[in-house]
Order: sequence, then C-alpha cells, then structure tokens
Amino acid sequence: MSGATGHFVAQRISAIALLLLGSWFVFVVPGLAGAEHAMVAAWAAKPVNSVLLMLLGAVLAYHSWLGVQIVIEDYVHAPGVLKFSLHAARIAHFVVAAVCVYAVYRVGFGA
Amino acid sequence: MTLSILHRITGVAMSLGLIAFAAWLASIAAGGEAFDRFTSLMSSTFGWLLLIGWSFAFFLHLANGVRHLVWDVGKGFEIRHANASAWAVLVFAIALTIFLWSAL
Repeated sequence: MSGATGHFVAQRISAIALLLLGSWFVFVVPGLAGAEHAMVAAWAAKPVNSVLLMLLGAVLAYHSWLGVQIVIEDYVHAPGVLKFSLHAARIAHFVVAAVCVYAVYRVGFGA
Repeated sequence: MTLSILHRITGVAMSLGLIAFAAWLASIAAGGEAFDRFTSLMSSTFGWLLLIGWSFAFFLHLANGVRHLVWDVGKGFEIRHANASAWAVLVFAIALTIFLWSAL
C-alpha cells in the first residue's frame, strides 16, 4: 500500500488481525511454559497452529514495520541517514518474517 | 499524553521482542540443544523480566490500540472520555499482566 492513507488503513487492518492472532498466542503460550521440546514441536506442527504461527509472524512483522517507519520518520532527519534507516528497517522486518515462516515450516515438515 | 508515548514505547519494545519471537520459533525448528539454550536463557531472571515486560507491553499497546480504533470511528474525543479510557487502558494492562503471570 502506498501513500499516507494506505499506510493508515494497513496499520488498522493489521492491528485488528493482531487483536485476534495476538490474543490466541497469549492464550495458548502459557500451556507451553516449561514443556519439553518434543511437546512444543508437536504442538507447533499441528496444521492449525502452524498456519496461525506463520500468520502471527508475518502480520507482526508487517505491523511492526509500519510503526517503526513512523518512529524513524519522526526522529531521523538527515536525508541520507533517513533513507538508509528506512531501507534497513524494511529489510530487517522482511528477514524476521522469513525466519518465522521458515522455522514453522521446518517444524511441520522436519529436516 | 502519557499513554501516547507509552503506546510508542511499548510498540518499539515489542518490535525488539519480535526478534526474540523469531529466535524462539527458530529454536523449536533447530531442536535439541538450541531449544534448551533458548529456554534456559528466557528462564533466567533477566529473561523473566523481558517476558513480563513484553506481556505488559502487549496488553497496554493492545488496549490503547483499541482506544485508537474507537477514535477512528469518531467516538470518545471528549476530554473526560479520553481521560477515562486512558485509565481503563492502564488498569486493563496491569490486571491482565498480573492475571497471566499468576496463572503460571
């Protein structure tokens, strides 16, 4: 999405998605506290949990990127540093999203 | 006003927490030693503080986010309503953090 309006809408839509995904995560994670790896991996490998975890990682990264963009624009002013920071943040968020999705994929499908 | 900067601070804090979230998922995929290392790291005192902090940040940012969404549809702008909802957000965040961690 481009432009200020697009950014505004994307932030709201991802926020509503995270209301659901985040609440789900906070609800299920206490059950995994102190659990052995085998149990956690089995839980994460269940199709519904895998999909939700992937969605959570991706939407979290997207929403975080939208917010971080605003924060950078508010505090960084030197044009070169600003451009670099925005690009770096965008890439960092993309990498984090990729790590989340790939990790969950690997848990579901093994080596 | 305080809640406005808290919304930003909790947001940035969770952006950093996102890295830990990815690391956690990666440790599950890697299994065995990597997973044990990650869990023992998060079980340390510092780890607990981070987790409690991130959970509080989550609840505060969520509640204040809903407050923002309500403003988006044009409601709740009167000063007394804004002040009341600000307190509601704080109470919600503290209460849910305590509830979450007392259940563990």
